[in-house]
Amino acid sequence: MAGPAIVVRGLRRSYGPIEAVRGIDLTIQHGEVFALLGPNGAGKTTTVEILEGHRPRTSGEVSVLGHDPARDERARKERVGIVLQQTGVDAYLTVREIVELVRGYYPAPRPVDEVLTLTGLAEVPDRRVGTLSGGQRRRVDLAVALAGDPELLFLDEPTTGFDPAARRQAWSTIRGLADLGKTIFLTTHFMDEAQALADRLAIIAAGEIVATGTADELIGSRSTASRIRFRLPDGAPPASLGAAADGSGWQLETEDPTRALHALTTWALDAGVALTELEVTRRSLEDVYLELTAEAAEAAEGAAGDGAEAVA
Amino acid sequence: MSDLALALRQVRYENRAFWRNPAAAFFTFVFPLLFMVIFNVLFGADAARFFTPAIITFGVVTATYTNLAMAVTIARDEGILKRIRGTPLPPWAYLAGRIGHAIAVALLLVAIVAAFGAIVYDVPVPWDALPAILTVLVVAAAAFSALGLAVSGLIPTADAAPAVVNASILPVLFISNVFIQMENAPAWIDTLSRLLPVRHVADAMLDLYARGADAGVPWADIGIVAAWGLVGLVVALRFFRWEPSR
Repeated sequence: MAGPAIVVRGLRRSYGPIEAVRGIDLTIQHGEVFALLGPNGAGKTTTVEILEGHRPRTSGEVSVLGHDPARDERARKERVGIVLQQTGVDAYLTVREIVELVRGYYPAPRPVDEVLTLTGLAEVPDRRVGTLSGGQRRRVDLAVALAGDPELLFLDEPTTGFDPAARRQAWSTIRGLADLGKTIFLTTHFMDEAQALADRLAIIAAGEIVATGTADELIGSRSTASRIRFRLPDGAPPASLGAAADGSGWQLETEDPTRALHALTTWALDAGVALTELEVTRRSLEDVYLELTAEAAEAAEGAAGDGAEAVA
Repeated sequence: MSDLALALRQVRYENRAFWRNPAAAFFTFVFPLLFMVIFNVLFGADAARFFTPAIITFGVVTATYTNLAMAVTIARDEGILKRIRGTPLPPWAYLAGRIGHAIAVALLLVAIVAAFGAIVYDVPVPWDALPAILTVLVVAAAAFSALGLAVSGLIPTADAAPAVVNASILPVLFISNVFIQMENAPAWIDTLSRLLPVRHVADAMLDLYARGADAGVPWADIGIVAAWGLVGLVVALRFFRWEPSR
């Protein structure tokens, strides 16, 4: 367990003239839950599939559990579990049969019943995979990835297409895996997912890492501003408050929410105006994410000149 | 578990999944029998002497070439092959499982066709030539499995699989002494068909059915079929894909 679980240095990947991954660096420690967050087409899947050994890289250094994933080594595959973006398991076998089949590929697999319980499939072990719902099939993908009791798990957009309840369930499953000490590398385009699951995350946009850190660090790094939102029955607040129209209401951004709120409520009480739907929020990861990815997209467009887009 | 044991285990699971799709399994076995019945109705009582070994040939080719090319292309597009590639299962063991299952289905199908010919049409099974027959069948099943994997690498998507597979095999079956006797065929088409592998399986089976042990072991036919199998293997190694096309 010496050294980090994953080290990536100067990773690049081109598809013809298009550069999907443009020199990224990542380090993921053992036992860490790491999220690669980015919009569609930012290079998430290309990156994770290079780490999984499914795609070759154009240049750069990659080490996964001490192995180079570009080499087809069984010793690496025995320690890694992969959930691909697309599901794919034989529809005519039962859940239990598939888990048992895959367990046989590994030197020290996890007991079938444990795998089924961990993935929430204990109720449907004898159902054929073809008869399961989309969410349950996704669980089968996870069960198959867990069957060999890997120390490192890759999850490529594990909850895309889930309804909110199914996503919450999947999150608690993934947290359970983290509690077992697994190292987890997940990609997602949901900010709340990255924030809910990851110890640390990196934002990727147009093939480059634009920020890395914990969710709090990322939010703090950009600004400490808070946002105050409110509505007025009619009219406008005085210009001195610095509020701007925001849809049918008003909002103002401030570094000093205590003072701004005091000024606002003092004015409202004096003027006898009701501030409906008053709220004070901290800038969210979503704000930071949207800013960073928009900046990166602009920069990439400027640099590319010909308007080439990164592909997934 | 040894790699060989893993491959045999793949055969068992393939087999289990195969029988759970009863419609597909049923027609795999009924389709050739249906052809036999139709040909015998159309061409009269003596036709069974030709069509029993001919439909055995048809069965071996479709159970291996057609089934593997379709099934593997579909599994590839569904992401099943890619998922397997991420596990420690050796790729050859996975493909051996597919091929082993296809050969087992082919041999069962041959037994059913031979029994049907013997019972319904009174075409005796040439038991004395059994070693030669099995040699031809096993070499043919292996060679057409390799060709099936090769062609799956050349098929762009699962949607295109039925068209490509049928277009590549049906014309060959028509000029290879399987559906139509080649006695009166023009010389050039006869020559062409002798360059292709199906004709040699069909001729070997016809001769073994007609003359039994006196026919000996048709090494020349076996050699040509095996050579096509090697071509299939080389093309498969070069073009086989584990990734879905999308």
